[in-house]
Amino acid sequence: MGGLLKEIYKSRTLYLFISPFYILFLIFSVFPIFFSIYLSVHKWDGIGEMTSVGFKNFSYMFNDPVFWQALVNNIAIWLLANGPMLVCALIVAFIINLSIVKFKAFFRIAYFLPNITAMVAVVIIFQSMFGNEYGLVNYFMEMVGLNKIAWFNSSTGVRVVIAVMIAWRYLGYNAVMYLSGLQRIPKDLYEAADLDGATMFQTFTKITIPMLRPIILFTVMMSTIGGFQIFTEPQVLAGNQAPYPGSETIVLYMFREGFIYQNYGYAAAVSWVLFVIIGLISILNWKFFNKSDD
Amino acid sequence: MTAKKIFVHTFLLIGVIFSIFPFYWLIVMSTNETSAIFAFPPKLTFGNYFMTNYNHVMDNINFYRALFNTVLIAVVSTTLQLFFNSLTGFTFSKFKFPGSKVLFYLMMATMMIPAQMLLVPQFIIIKELGWLGSYKALIIPGMATAFGIFWIRQYALAIHDDLLEAARIDGCNKFGLYWRVALPILRPALAFLAITTFMGVWEDYLWPLIVLTDTSKFTLTLTLQQLKSVHTGDYSMVMTGTLLATVPLIVFFLLVSRQFIAGIMEGAVKS
Repeated sequence: MGGLLKEIYKSRTLYLFISPFYILFLIFSVFPIFFSIYLSVHKWDGIGEMTSVGFKNFSYMFNDPVFWQALVNNIAIWLLANGPMLVCALIVAFIINLSIVKFKAFFRIAYFLPNITAMVAVVIIFQSMFGNEYGLVNYFMEMVGLNKIAWFNSSTGVRVVIAVMIAWRYLGYNAVMYLSGLQRIPKDLYEAADLDGATMFQTFTKITIPMLRPIILFTVMMSTIGGFQIFTEPQVLAGNQAPYPGSETIVLYMFREGFIYQNYGYAAAVSWVLFVIIGLISILNWKFFNKSDD
Repeated sequence: MTAKKIFVHTFLLIGVIFSIFPFYWLIVMSTNETSAIFAFPPKLTFGNYFMTNYNHVMDNINFYRALFNTVLIAVVSTTLQLFFNSLTGFTFSKFKFPGSKVLFYLMMATMMIPAQMLLVPQFIIIKELGWLGSYKALIIPGMATAFGIFWIRQYALAIHDDLLEAARIDGCNKFGLYWRVALPILRPALAFLAITTFMGVWEDYLWPLIVLTDTSKFTLTLTLQQLKSVHTGDYSMVMTGTLLATVPLIVFFLLVSRQFIAGIMEGAVKS
């Protein structure tokens, strides 16, 4: 015991070196975790008395159609955006990685560029392209013989617009992630496949996908966590008005309850439900991607 | 073989068009009048209204003030993060002390907490500390991050122990080992961390929206949102503001892109 204390004393400078993170962690993470558990079973506007309400915040939430709608919107936007985007990112990465492709550095930068744009700017740019009546996208759609779409009048329309923003901003980022995995696949695997006369498609499904599984899992996890934190897109899209149909998300719901109506207890309860949802989906992802491991 | 070559390059170029077009459109809109864009067919070429739009932006928001605020916060945040993250990361990589393993895994576990989850209690703490409306609220909570520490630690593991031993024999204390031996070696890892931190601050929206109260202290993203929600009619002006706010970061990115993308790829493999 004395030996341990002596060890600790000898390492005092080292504890000092690592202390900033842990001090901030205590103040801005550990304390908030317990405080938000406490808040979630109270009613509090930030100024008056806190009143204990038991699980009423949760039962109110589960009976609030707006909350369920937000959850549905969240899942819909997340699937619309990330499903197609991750598949495209994988294909793009696979092609950039082919030995016959020239200007690899140029392609990497060009695809990555959208990720550098702040989401607020992305929303402003894309909103101007998707008009209800006039607008660039409707113009192009008429040019190829499709009907105009009143994008902001239907939930599906709004969700597609938001999904396009997310897909545009993150495709290159995910492609770069996949590329880093692809570069670690041994070249002789591909050479062997080539000798056996495998087609590009066979190489892709039989070698690339299985070898990339850990990185695919990582990107799916990250986009799941990101998908349930969607806030900027619907909030900036609607400005100071109510969100467009189909675009209210859980974080937006929590933001409004907490920071506009000052229902801090209720907002804390919402954030716990959000945490559980993200946790459950992460476990499902993990199970799903590990199951096929035989 | 050549047909295949042409096919894959065409495919990639079509993708590049999709990824670059919104930037082109941003410039088109910033150089035209609003009416030209909402005309049918819309104008797709550059116009010469940029200065008019630019002056409208300057009349409506204090753009350069917001730019200054953003750069200031980004530079201070980045500097502090580089220091604290590298000191902690280096300590974890090269020293063993009671509890070092547990503390390290505890730190790694914090990466699993989604940021939005603690928004309400963090806001209340900031309010109680009297930091509401102050840049302290943006800078201090993020001064040391689990990701940054982990990133530096992975890189610092490669520092040779003989090098540290030699410096110790020469009378270097622990901080000296960090400052004089490790820091120069860690430069590439620090560069990547600096770029991500800087960009993260530039793009941040929700947290500044909650803790900043005074419009004169607003960062670029908040100012843009303000410009958009007040002046929905003049879309060309809003786009010009967006262009002005986006260009500095893109220029910065193009300057450091190789290093940055290499860093991301390395990170993907490590995690």
